[in-house]
Amino acid sequence: MANITLKDIAHSYTGASDNPDDYALQKLNLTWRDGGAYALLGPSGCGKTTLLNIISGLLIPTKGQVLFNDNDITRLPTEQRNIAQIFQFPVIYDTMTVFQNLAFPLKNSGHTQTEIEPRVIELAKMLGLENDLYTKAQHLTSDAKQKISLGRGLIRQSVNAILFDEPLTVIDPQLKWELRSQIKYLHKQFGFTMIYVTHDQTEALTFADEVIVMYEGQVVQVGTPEALFQRPEHTFVGYFIGSPGMNIVPCVLQGNKVLIEGHEITLDCHYPEQADSAKIEVGVRPEYLSLAPPDKKGLPVKIIKIDDVGRHKIVRVALKDHLFHVVMSDIAAMTGDEASLVFDTAHTNIYVNDHLIAGEKP
Amino acid sequence: MIKKQINQKAWFMVLPVFLLVAFSAIIPLMTVVNYSFQDTFGSNQFFWVGLGWFRDLIHSERFHDAFLRQLLFSSIILAIEIPLGIAIALAMPKKGWGVPVCLISMALPLLIPWNVVGTIWQIFGRVDIGLLGHTLASLGFDYNYTQDPIAAWVTIIVMDVWHWTSLVVLLSYAGLCSIPDAYYQAAKIDGASRVSVFRYIQLPKMQRVLLIAVLLRFMDSFMIYTEPFVITGGGPGNSTTFMSIDLVKMAIGQFDLGPAAAMSLIYFLVILLLSYVFYTVMSNIGEESTKGGA
Repeated sequence: MANITLKDIAHSYTGASDNPDDYALQKLNLTWRDGGAYALLGPSGCGKTTLLNIISGLLIPTKGQVLFNDNDITRLPTEQRNIAQIFQFPVIYDTMTVFQNLAFPLKNSGHTQTEIEPRVIELAKMLGLENDLYTKAQHLTSDAKQKISLGRGLIRQSVNAILFDEPLTVIDPQLKWELRSQIKYLHKQFGFTMIYVTHDQTEALTFADEVIVMYEGQVVQVGTPEALFQRPEHTFVGYFIGSPGMNIVPCVLQGNKVLIEGHEITLDCHYPEQADSAKIEVGVRPEYLSLAPPDKKGLPVKIIKIDDVGRHKIVRVALKDHLFHVVMSDIAAMTGDEASLVFDTAHTNIYVNDHLIAGEKP
Repeated sequence: MIKKQINQKAWFMVLPVFLLVAFSAIIPLMTVVNYSFQDTFGSNQFFWVGLGWFRDLIHSERFHDAFLRQLLFSSIILAIEIPLGIAIALAMPKKGWGVPVCLISMALPLLIPWNVVGTIWQIFGRVDIGLLGHTLASLGFDYNYTQDPIAAWVTIIVMDVWHWTSLVVLLSYAGLCSIPDAYYQAAKIDGASRVSVFRYIQLPKMQRVLLIAVLLRFMDSFMIYTEPFVITGGGPGNSTTFMSIDLVKMAIGQFDLGPAAAMSLIYFLVILLLSYVFYTVMSNIGEESTKGGA
């Protein structure tokens, strides 16, 4: 059991180099508290798995240090780190029974049969595998196989962390839910640090206390699901979290006013002046936009498309070339194509060069 | 209801295949079967002898010897080539420039025709001009494959290992390459030893390709003809007269068509039977303990 610290970690698959483009993982500093439930969220190829493999020791980072508590374990081999990792596809030992699979890590660390047996049986009960203990692992379904992979991680008395690398990819949708709640339950039971890699925001947001969003080898935001939703620190987080993602459109900033295509909106905060070359954008969640009948105070927009997704409706509107998504539950007031778009200014963010800037309340 | 049209013309579509199979397999095979039950004194007159040839053959010492030699040869070949092939495949690089180099040098022996392989080794092993034979003789070894049965066997076995281990290597290598990295990573995380990785990951994942390797090497080595025929001609004495060589002697040398036909059938059935046994046993490895305990 340990706090895991990544200090100035960077990794390049082509070896050390000065060109930042060679790095699959840009320099980053992160600390994982002992017993926390974390999610690493990001699109494919953003460096999530690289980061995970650095923690488990399958990869040695090009730069930086990995610390468990205060011990530098950057070069310690995987088997001595006491880490469990569950992969995208269930990894089981085909020729072994479920019992033998679960007992395998204990056997390798030299435990006797009398120590192993009660623990395997107890864990199998927890995982719901007790009826299949003496079946060959290869005859089971893929969700049961993934439970075995998970079990091999949990069987050791104290692991420093359990790493999940998109573990539910091959699981049927209805079993995904079940398995995910089981992982959460096991987290409560054992209190191991869990780091869960996924590109599925629902998975990340329901699993973790803290979500780390990665984009092109960089950590763009670390925060609670709530913070990621309300105040995305990077436009990517805005796009990526939420369905549909945040509306982000270019604008001109003038103190506490923004101009979008010449239409003025007054914000709650006052923002400092920015350089002329800066890319300034306004970001607002579809949930914080609403439509009113035309000629009211608001941006004159055209309704392009309305998707009814059951609980609410997603309206796509256009202001010249700029598209906005609006989430509304009732659009009965909208009769024609024209409408006016109203911003909830308390939840409107300003981004300069893709990064959130803070304003001052007057 | 629409009345179902019955049209038998489709049968003509299978006629070409039927003819091909008939002329390439069924008719020749049935001719052999026909010969094995009959005797002839020439001028195309045949007599029915029933199981006579089979009875004679099964009690003949010549057949027993050839059969045992053949069995011994195949066992030695399998015992050497399978483990050696796996070992080489494990040692081969998985990436980098070494991969094409290894694959091509492994594939080279497989591209050489059988009789050329035989000729190469026949000359290679000669005491007067062959590199191998001459070197061994100069070093003081009593090596002469034309006179010493042991030397003849060793030569043929080494030749076959040189020629065919590559096949096992390539098949095993293909099997090894298809194992996803996650298995090795999981093994590291579980703290598995190198032996455990081989025993519980690599060997089970290679089971299918090894089955094919064993079947191919068994069938080929059990039917070996050209190379020993070129190198030793079955000698010295009868020491390398394998079943195929004996069969050809009987059928073409002595023109005893009846006994040769009977022998062909027994030969065929033995290969079929043993291949079936290999297949059944190897596909069921790892399945037996399903109902057992931990």
